[in-house]
Amino acid sequence: MTQFQTETIGDNTADNQPMIIAENVEKWYDNGFHVLKGVSLTVSKGEVVVVMGPSGSGKSTFIRTFNALESYQKGSILVDGMKLSHDLKNIESIRREVGMVFQQFNLFPHLTVLQNITLSPIWVRRWPKAKAQEVAMQLLERVGILEQAHKFPGQLSGGQQQRVAIARSLAMQPKVMLFDEPTSALDPEMVREVLDVMRSLADSGMTMVCVTHEVGFAREVADRVVLMDSGYLVEENTPQEFFSNPREDRTQKFLSQIL
Amino acid sequence: MSATHPPSPVSQRPSAVNLTPLDWAKKNLFSDWFNSLLTILVGFVLINTVIGFLRWAFSTAKWSVIPTNLPLFFVGRFPANQYWRMWLLLTLIALLAGLTWGVLAQMATRLFSRSVLIGVGLAALVIVLMPLPSVEGGAPLLVRLKLLGLVALVLAAAWVGRWLGQRKSGLGNWLSLAWGLSFFVGLWLMAGGLGLPVVSTTAWGGLLLTAFMSLVSIVLSFPFGVLLALGRQSSLPVIRWLSTIYIEVVRGVPLIAILFIGLIMIPLFLPQNIRLDLVLRATLGLTLFTAAYLAETVRGGLQAIPKGQYEAASSLGLNTPLSMVLIVLPQALKISIPAIVGLFISLLQDTTLVSIVGLFDLLGISRSILANPQFIGRYAEVYLFIGLLYWGLCYAMSQGSRRLEKQLKTSH
Repeated sequence: MTQFQTETIGDNTADNQPMIIAENVEKWYDNGFHVLKGVSLTVSKGEVVVVMGPSGSGKSTFIRTFNALESYQKGSILVDGMKLSHDLKNIESIRREVGMVFQQFNLFPHLTVLQNITLSPIWVRRWPKAKAQEVAMQLLERVGILEQAHKFPGQLSGGQQQRVAIARSLAMQPKVMLFDEPTSALDPEMVREVLDVMRSLADSGMTMVCVTHEVGFAREVADRVVLMDSGYLVEENTPQEFFSNPREDRTQKFLSQIL
Repeated sequence: MSATHPPSPVSQRPSAVNLTPLDWAKKNLFSDWFNSLLTILVGFVLINTVIGFLRWAFSTAKWSVIPTNLPLFFVGRFPANQYWRMWLLLTLIALLAGLTWGVLAQMATRLFSRSVLIGVGLAALVIVLMPLPSVEGGAPLLVRLKLLGLVALVLAAAWVGRWLGQRKSGLGNWLSLAWGLSFFVGLWLMAGGLGLPVVSTTAWGGLLLTAFMSLVSIVLSFPFGVLLALGRQSSLPVIRWLSTIYIEVVRGVPLIAILFIGLIMIPLFLPQNIRLDLVLRATLGLTLFTAAYLAETVRGGLQAIPKGQYEAASSLGLNTPLSMVLIVLPQALKISIPAIVGLFISLLQDTTLVSIVGLFDLLGISRSILANPQFIGRYAEVYLFIGLLYWGLCYAMSQGSRRLEKQLKTSH
């Protein structure tokens, strides 16, 4: 068990403090397209929120504002009590606490799996190399690919690469994890191994925001499911209600298309 | 990775069909009347060319111009009583080259493969058989022994390097440091001072000058070019504009013009009492010129890095300088290796332009030899010889780059 797990479990059981508070977030692309039209969402510590919606609805853009990979023009975002501003130091200190897993894995192809994971703890957290490697090995064991530590990403399957990417984010001991369609680029038979890792991560008490089309995962793991459509947050509900008894017609229509 | 399946009899890879040379010729050269005609025509031209060349090389050509001027070709007008310094420099390079080879080849099953042995044998044969002048450079026998000693030193150092490399890690860093230091030792041996008689740079020439200018320009233009490439992508407008203006201006001017500016115009701007060395000015010109082209090559590499790499780096909390140095540049430079080495090869060839502005590099010294009444009209022999030297240097560089690419390959 890694150190961070016990920490988050401790935080989780304490109370229902908010981890992310997004209020009326609005964003225009450079070409003038209004992609986020006043979206508000609060994610509590230890909570798992799944964001669904058709493509182009702004769901990826929305969660990417949480670690300032996307800028926004109006509204406010608080992460772990810190207000996200345009100041570079502020953005860097928030990014250290927010892990992110991408659709295309984005592993560093010139570094081994172990180097991918230890890079940031060594250079950003200033851990000694031995400590970083020890934590990395524990994480690799946890995501089930310890024996691949010294291979390069190009030598692994997609599912293995995505599990390395999860381990790489966890190595920074983040307080919240963002998943941006983590299984969309995977072959069907590899989706499960990645979802299993995410499920066990949720069980350990990690705060998670996942953009995903995996209905099974949303049903079983999520505490809340939200639907986004054309820049609006349409519905926010418990998974039970969301899938069997949605409030909005738009949700009904969306579900009829994907189920 | 999928080699775990046992080979099934059905899906065996078909073995290559064995053809006798006659069958092969029939199939590939004489398949119909048109191909037969082409084969005969091309064969006729080829054979005639080769015979013509051989006839010239063995009867008409007077090769004595090469051995008589060998010291000039290699070190120019470097004083003969200081040749030992060049030998010492060669010894140092041989030692380091051997050690580096050994350390790099520590994983290889055999250090001295068949192609290496053939190469060494050929080198030894050339050293023993080549005609040498019995003049200032020392007795021919002594020179041959020294050269053979250098070859032996490379081999011995390679063996030691491999032996050390297998027992100690981190030797690569020490070797890089040693190469860096050896540059300054080499500079000291070439220029003198600090107890050695001073040799003016006007006495440097031939292969020595060519190698020196190429090496210094390569080493200096590389970091400068990378900085320019990063500058051109910078989010700070002033840095971006300055880099862009520099690159576009330098790329718009021919190298020969830059060399003339460096040699003739720079002294006009400088105070009377400051006189920059001619070799230094030419090297600076080559460096500034190459850096602009290198910047564009590296920029191409930078643009090939997917946006996701930048995003992954920043989502892990790495700031811009760190993600550049740790993530983006290593990948961008790796992609650019073939283009960068191509640039350096043309830099080596471009050093010949300094012969026009009065320096005696390999081409310049050849022209001055040809101007000697004793060797008048020996163009073909001299140019063929230096052509071979240039080819050897360039081929070595491109082989080195292929090795490097192979070593850095990280997929499959």
